[in-house]
Amino acid sequence: MSAPGIFLQGHVAIGGAPLVPQITLDVAPGSWTCLLGPSGVGKSTLLRLIAGIADEATLTGTLAASDGAPLRGRVALMAQSDLLLPWLSVLDNVTLGARLRGADTQPERATALLEQVGLIDHAAKRPAQLSGGQRQRAALARTLMEDRPIVLLDEPFSALDARTRAQVQDLTAQLLSNHTVLMVTHDPSEAARLGKAILILNERGLAPWPVPPGAPPRPVDDAKTLEAQGALLAALRAAP
Amino acid sequence: MRRAANAVAATIVALAVWQGLIIATGVPRFILPGPALVAETLWTSRALIAHHTMITGIEVLAGLALGAILGGLTAIGLAASPIARNLVRPMLIFSQAVPVFALAPILTLWFGYGIGSKVVMTLLVIYFPVTSAFFDALMRTPQAWIDMARLMGASPARIMRHIRIPAGLPGFASGLRLAAVYAPIGAIIGEWVGASKGLGYLMLLANGRAKTDLMFAALIVLAVCTVLLHAAVDRACRATLDRNA
Repeated sequence: MSAPGIFLQGHVAIGGAPLVPQITLDVAPGSWTCLLGPSGVGKSTLLRLIAGIADEATLTGTLAASDGAPLRGRVALMAQSDLLLPWLSVLDNVTLGARLRGADTQPERATALLEQVGLIDHAAKRPAQLSGGQRQRAALARTLMEDRPIVLLDEPFSALDARTRAQVQDLTAQLLSNHTVLMVTHDPSEAARLGKAILILNERGLAPWPVPPGAPPRPVDDAKTLEAQGALLAALRAAP
Repeated sequence: MRRAANAVAATIVALAVWQGLIIATGVPRFILPGPALVAETLWTSRALIAHHTMITGIEVLAGLALGAILGGLTAIGLAASPIARNLVRPMLIFSQAVPVFALAPILTLWFGYGIGSKVVMTLLVIYFPVTSAFFDALMRTPQAWIDMARLMGASPARIMRHIRIPAGLPGFASGLRLAAVYAPIGAIIGEWVGASKGLGYLMLLANGRAKTDLMFAALIVLAVCTVLLHAAVDRACRATLDRNA
């Protein structure tokens, strides 16, 4: 699977009110880009625009995939809330997309994915019986099951404790290695660990940020990564 | 166990107050019969009461089933279509401004003196609570689930079937619980207006002949049946519909 990049340029408005100045978002194909910025600046709205589900927002400008083909049907979204349906088993949640399209549910593939995310023993359980980390891994399996080359992540790990977060980050980075990933996060350490590119969105617009050396996911205790994390936090705090 | 003990204690207190009232006021038995007399009548007239209870029971269950089906379908139709919402909802609200009691004679005229008019009356009484509770639940489906389904490429019909209806079932269950309590009211109103069978008919008959003890016996049976129906519906809802919550 060759994952295309995302190119978005123009003005974004919510209900007629402009969100930020004109922005140019260029996400490289097949790599992991982190998007940071203060709350309410419109990071999630950008993801929803790319996903094509932002009824509340309008984009005046261009939104396209780098290979020229339409984005529709090639984007998956994973949010902070796992959105698992409480009345379905973990396995049925993972195969939900196929049922919603009236397609073959591919139970063998779903089982293989549950194996990969370490939930094979929990396939028959209801989401309420899982821990927060397990639920987010189930959501990851559901996202992978959709088999979309572009994956948008909206703070998917922010509700997890530090240890679980690091584990799920590693797993996600490994399983999404062939995908184009755009991740919104509030966490400078997450961006410093996972980003192949880092972008900051604030009232002045969108700007790139230097990325620490080494291939992601970088070790949690790597000196350069920690340094980048500190500098990133300082930059976020300095913003007006 | 504690709940059962509380219920028994409450019953004993109620019976004692009832008997005490009769002793204190010396009210004649054709105005207010004592608990012992009512219990005796309940036993001696058990075959008669059972026969009429069965008739009312059939009316209530049939009305409940039809009302649940029609109410459920209406709620889904309204939730699926904004046009239907704009057209039908004002009519639904307006229909609630008409007292159902006032319709009972017309229903007897249209659906006859028998069981049919009572079933329709029951249906009318429970249709709105069922529709309203289920419709509200369908409209409250978390938008994030619907967005996720859209992104997965689902049609509105499949979103309704796989997301909104399962998510709304606990609301449907609330409607059914209310309906279980209201349904007997519908059947009794229907029987009061015109019937030759059923507990409502029996109560009117007994009242007219100053057989107050029989009237009270029928009333108690009706109340107990309503409580049992509510408990049964509640149990069924817990076992099936509420698992989604």
